[in-house]
Amino acid sequence: MTTYYTEDHEWIAVENNIATIGITDYAQEQLGDLVFVELPEVGTKLGIGDTAVVVESVKAASDVFSPCDGAVTSVNDALTSDPELVNKSAAKNGWLWKMELSDASQLEGLMDEAAYKNHIS
Amino acid sequence: MDDTLKILPLQKLHIAAGAKFGPFAGWSMPLSYAAGVMAEHLHTRQKAGLFDITHMQLIEVAGPQSSVFLNRCCPIDVTDLEIGASKYTLLLNDTAGIIDDLIITRRGDNQYLVVVNAGRANVDIAHMKAIAADHDCTFRPIERVFLALQGPMAAAVLSDIGIDTGSMVFTDSITTENGVIINRSGYTGEDGFELALPLDQAKKFAETLVADERVMWIGLAARDSLRLEAGLCLYGQDLTEEITPVSARLMWAIPKAVRDGNFVGAKALRTAINEGAATLRVGIKPEGKQPVRAGTPLLTRDGDAAGTVTSGGFGPSAGHPVAMGYVTKQYAAAGTELVAEVRGKHLPVTITTLPFVPHNYHRGN
Repeated sequence: MTTYYTEDHEWIAVENNIATIGITDYAQEQLGDLVFVELPEVGTKLGIGDTAVVVESVKAASDVFSPCDGAVTSVNDALTSDPELVNKSAAKNGWLWKMELSDASQLEGLMDEAAYKNHIS
Repeated sequence: MDDTLKILPLQKLHIAAGAKFGPFAGWSMPLSYAAGVMAEHLHTRQKAGLFDITHMQLIEVAGPQSSVFLNRCCPIDVTDLEIGASKYTLLLNDTAGIIDDLIITRRGDNQYLVVVNAGRANVDIAHMKAIAADHDCTFRPIERVFLALQGPMAAAVLSDIGIDTGSMVFTDSITTENGVIINRSGYTGEDGFELALPLDQAKKFAETLVADERVMWIGLAARDSLRLEAGLCLYGQDLTEEITPVSARLMWAIPKAVRDGNFVGAKALRTAINEGAATLRVGIKPEGKQPVRAGTPLLTRDGDAAGTVTSGGFGPSAGHPVAMGYVTKQYAAAGTELVAEVRGKHLPVTITTLPFVPHNYHRGN
């Protein structure tokens, strides 16, 4: 499994051409307590840069963009009743959606963990 | 950081408390602290929250014609105020649009303190100075550190540091022997106090307050969710120069006796009262868990335009999303079912009375 990071503070863990996508711990800390997560429907075709998910804190709504082209294969339904799971476990249990990649090469050039840590420091 | 932003005198205390800063009305303001907006909000409703509201502008008005001047500026009769009393009022333009909402405190026979919103201070000062020029009074913006201590334990916290507020009810004002002006007021819906401190006393005073375990620093984000739950307006969102007090349903702030008066906007206000407002400010309760934000269109369930959300978010004490906005009069009755159009989806909402959380002001026994 390879994990990539975007400048928009998303993480993308890829295994067998399926990407699991979430926001980073840094991002959840910036957003504050989440009260609602709007998830896409399974099967939705996303283009790179499309809004895939909207995370809503007490104060504001923020878009989470699709980092690549592909189709949504599953979403983290646990967030419907417990959006704060993203705050508690952004990098793991608070994942947002999974998608099948149309073109994995679109992820080339994204940051690895070390580069991302450097990016936010 | 934008170096044109004004820095709070107590900024170092906020940094030490883990504040995240953001720009607001020209100031670099603490948006939230280490505890986070949810905990800060709930803490204020349960114990006592300390807010740095120094961005708000304090103005001293004094002189023989200060009452005449203020009665010309605002739909109020300030001579009705006892010394040590304060009142929420409005600045209106010639068309009775709201220039700002403000608090006037009577501090002496011919001495008043006016508190206006940070984002409107420049506009207000220009508008009021022009009127002041025709009156024998001084009009002087002053610098203070302005703190709000809000919540059911606020009075006990002050009592424990030797400030007795026992005789004060909501909107009363006192001045301590150290020159601290204390009003029993605030903008959270809770009992509490606003304290205008001389700059040289402020740091120690704030440190003393936060050393009390019942007190926590609270940022602007929770200030916003607290005031929204309390049904209180935020200027620039819920009030603008295009909105009259009739439409904003703020006529309770304008005593009947002054409505025939000669304040700026009086004629237009009388017309607005006689004609009624086409749109009215309402509370909006989204039925699901998804917040609806400012700017969201409101439609009837048949899809006709009904209004717009002007403030919206999540209410931590209410436990559900909360919003307010303006709807066409025919849809303003509590219980009216509408939809909010959020990113192409139609979310069911219900028009509701305000506030979402009952006010807990100390009005005496």
